[in-house]
Amino acid sequence: MTSRTITVISAGLSDPSSTRLLADRLTQAVRDGLLTRGIDADVRVHGLREHAHDITDAMLTGFAPAGLQTVIDDVVAADGLVVATPIFTASCSGLFKSFIDVLEKDALAAKPVLIAATAGTARHSLALEHALRPLFAYLRAVVVPTAVFAAAEDWGGADGATGPLQERIERAGGELAALVAAREAPPAADPFTLTSSFEDMLAGR
Amino acid sequence: MQFGIFTVGDVTTDPTTGRTPTEHERIKATVAIATKAEEVGLDVFATGQHHNPPFIPSAPTTTLAYIAAQTERLILSTSTTLITTTDPVRIAEDYATLQHLSDGRNDLMMGRGNTGPVYPWFGKDIRQGIELAIENYHLLRRLWTEDVVDWEGKFRTPLQGFTSTPRPLDGVPPFVWHGSIRSPEIAEQAAYYGDGFFANHIFWPASHTERMIAFYRQRFEHYGHGTADQAIVGLGGQVFMRKNSQEAVDEFRPYFDNAPVYGHGPSMEDFTRETPLTVGSPAQVIERTLGFREYVGDYQRQLFLMDHAGLPLKTVLEQLDLLGEEVVPVLRKEFAALKPDHVPDAPTHASLVAAAGGGHDATVHADGDDVTGTSVQESTEEATV
Repeated sequence: MTSRTITVISAGLSDPSSTRLLADRLTQAVRDGLLTRGIDADVRVHGLREHAHDITDAMLTGFAPAGLQTVIDDVVAADGLVVATPIFTASCSGLFKSFIDVLEKDALAAKPVLIAATAGTARHSLALEHALRPLFAYLRAVVVPTAVFAAAEDWGGADGATGPLQERIERAGGELAALVAAREAPPAADPFTLTSSFEDMLAGR
Repeated sequence: MQFGIFTVGDVTTDPTTGRTPTEHERIKATVAIATKAEEVGLDVFATGQHHNPPFIPSAPTTTLAYIAAQTERLILSTSTTLITTTDPVRIAEDYATLQHLSDGRNDLMMGRGNTGPVYPWFGKDIRQGIELAIENYHLLRRLWTEDVVDWEGKFRTPLQGFTSTPRPLDGVPPFVWHGSIRSPEIAEQAAYYGDGFFANHIFWPASHTERMIAFYRQRFEHYGHGTADQAIVGLGGQVFMRKNSQEAVDEFRPYFDNAPVYGHGPSMEDFTRETPLTVGSPAQVIERTLGFREYVGDYQRQLFLMDHAGLPLKTVLEQLDLLGEEVVPVLRKEFAALKPDHVPDAPTHASLVAAAGGGHDATVHADGDDVTGTSVQESTEEATV
């Protein structure tokens, strides 16, 4: 069976975290979507809380400490990305944005991404569309059409396992799986080598 | 192997006293630090170049020439000379003049500079940093090696019949290093010309340095300047020492915690683990520094940053005593014992003159009008010195 790498980033701060719960549900949906296409998912899940100090240090020093570098390497190497953040004050959490800020500007180019968020009430539901989608558009990532928002009330209700949230999770997971399955894994770029010759650089080419 | 110090030239408040030196004090302290470096037996003093507060070295050759006049053996260098925003004609003239004044006791290190506004202040664009470094340096080499230059490029007004004066001492330009933290284009540039490559090494993880040096060595061999292990490599380092390592840790911590670049971020313990910073006894500094060779190979120049983060002059001079008396003599002996015979030393003026088959006076005399210099041609009879 062929295999694809899926990296999951959860910016939930509490433990247990509803953001992590949503991320896990989405991961399962992506895994299922890939399986129906005969593809095995190699999943790496990272919570940002344990890297919060490293993320601040990286912003101040310009380099990521070893623990954070592992997360960044997994993001860069992934065939597809699932990101989930709580909505704080009309946008993604500051920790989530700081993590995105310490990535190289081309790190997510052409990478399929599923965006998801949690919040206390449904009034924040469009934050994914006005805050997260433009952020990933700027980074030239390929964001799947379905963004998944879960308010506290979505986790309850009589029709939980078959309700609208679960429907959205499965639809979004299927969309990411389709993009990832269709994608040829690009060769990893080595930042310490060159592709152009010095004569070309000297000639201004 | 050469050992020395390099300075950023920052005017930083001493966090333990709240006192900030004046520019005058910092400039005079820089001279005191450089002359002390020679006194304690170090080989190299290098200064940065900056054009904004809180930095004092905007005119590095002025300072270096003054130090040259007060020293006898010390090699004066830069860390770095801004090849992007400084007119290469001015670099050619300034550093050739310094060469004459110091009797060849100078080299220089090219760098791009990473202060955004400096580029527009000098009419340049930071996004073209690499292109500027490549075009400007190529012109600089021509200005030093060709008596009359006709030149046209993208970034500077063209030159027709231009002679950069004074000509290099003994007809041999200063040796050039190229410094970069993580741009392989600059390692490639150094390799292409067979110049030295200097890895800043401090403030960033050693893994960056290891990969950049490996790339530079491989390309140095590719361009036919020698085997990879004969490439000319320099490294930075940052240390704070006291006889007793706990005293060093206690004394340096407030400077670390408030330092420019990394202050208010990682703990000193994290940073000493992640980067080559060593805070401890001279023995610990010796052990760590000898370890650099394990990931970059035999190298030619080791410079230490000793005077930043607001450390008072008195403390810096004490640090230089420890470096010169207890650390460098051991490092010299140990590194020399490990270095194979086919690995060269860092080039000096004397070795470059010898490699050129001897020195000659390279003066270009104006033909006709020697007052205004309006007519210039190659008229020099090469007289062997």
